[in-house]
Amino acid sequence: MTVSTTETLAIRSGDDVVRVRQRVRALAVDIGLGLVDQTKIITAASELARNTLDYGGGGEVRAEIVLAGTRRGLRLTFEDRGPGIADIEQAMTDHYTSGRGLGLGLGGAKRLSNEFHIESTPGVGTRVMIARWK
Amino acid sequence: MRVDGAEVLERTLTEDEAAILEAWNISLREGTSLQSGRIREAELQTQAKIVFGQLQGALASGGIDADAEHYAALRETLADISRSRAIQGFSPTDTANFIFALKEPIFEALRRKSAVDATKLAAGVWAAGKVLDRLGLHTMEVFLASREDVIGRQGQEIAELSTPVVRLWDGILALPLIGTLDSARTGVVMENLLQAIVDEEAEIAIIDITGVPTVDTLVAQHLLKTVAAARLMGADCIVSGIRPQIAQTMVHLGVELNVVSKATLADAFALALKRTGRKVVRQQATATEERR
Repeated sequence: MTVSTTETLAIRSGDDVVRVRQRVRALAVDIGLGLVDQTKIITAASELARNTLDYGGGGEVRAEIVLAGTRRGLRLTFEDRGPGIADIEQAMTDHYTSGRGLGLGLGGAKRLSNEFHIESTPGVGTRVMIARWK
Repeated sequence: MRVDGAEVLERTLTEDEAAILEAWNISLREGTSLQSGRIREAELQTQAKIVFGQLQGALASGGIDADAEHYAALRETLADISRSRAIQGFSPTDTANFIFALKEPIFEALRRKSAVDATKLAAGVWAAGKVLDRLGLHTMEVFLASREDVIGRQGQEIAELSTPVVRLWDGILALPLIGTLDSARTGVVMENLLQAIVDEEAEIAIIDITGVPTVDTLVAQHLLKTVAAARLMGADCIVSGIRPQIAQTMVHLGVELNVVSKATLADAFALALKRTGRKVVRQQATATEERR
């Protein structure tokens, strides 16, 4: 599996969430994702970017176009140095939120992606990786 | 011996006024400000003359501290110029160059006056550099502040313009949403809608999200809040314009919109008419058509 392009976007404000969405949309169009898949990865990116901002206190996202054989995919890695998540299983549960949202963001992002990986160390930060393949 | 740079500078500006102004005007003329056609040469020269006069005045009252009290008038003039430049759409470079273009003529004049005395020359150049740099930065600060004002105002205008509440029929309102639905905009949307419900005595409000590119949990949450608030006001809501890809995404997200929804605004309007006891019928065929 090779990475063909990589770019990093900062997530520091609500406007950055919009920028992340627009950039992800452009990349999703680039690799030829269909309209439904585009919408899915954009929505998942929107959820995770907002989590990075609201719960991680800001961070960054690395967007990569990955090639595996003839398949192309979009991989997004969200990283923050926030308080971290103590109980990941609980955080993934639908309708659970430590803030004021609907509590569907993390679980939703997982359902909207082909690949989902989360790791978090309390006090160090959180990293969430998602990928969508064509 | 310590040489007072301000004094050297002031004397040079007074004695060489005509030459410096002339050179400044030439430099301004060659700059890009005039080429853009946004300002006339005469206007630029008038501004240059006023600024030059005030700079002389400020230097004469003492000191090269451009933040001091006696520079207030000059700073105000420059601020006015900067503001008008920002509104006229000049680039930051053009705006800052107005002041920075004065450097070369002044340095040149200092060189002519004090060529034999290196200490004097250095002191004069230092003083001129310090004053002009500070004034240049001041113009930039004002320029940026004005631009931010413009952007802020545009943002507000967009927020207001992009959330109109449309009366479709007696008691039926439509709220076409366009663009990103963040917390601030939701506030505006909700306020507009609730006020319109009161004003129009509306029974049904149709929220159309055809123009919302991404519906994530935050947007869904905002929608649900708006619907709940409208219900409290006695109006039922119908959400329309949910595109197929958005519908699929929302299902995966696990968001449940506990509200009547329709694919298009037309469908929602038809439903609203039905609920208020109306229906749309085709005009009766004419007699001639019937006979055929």
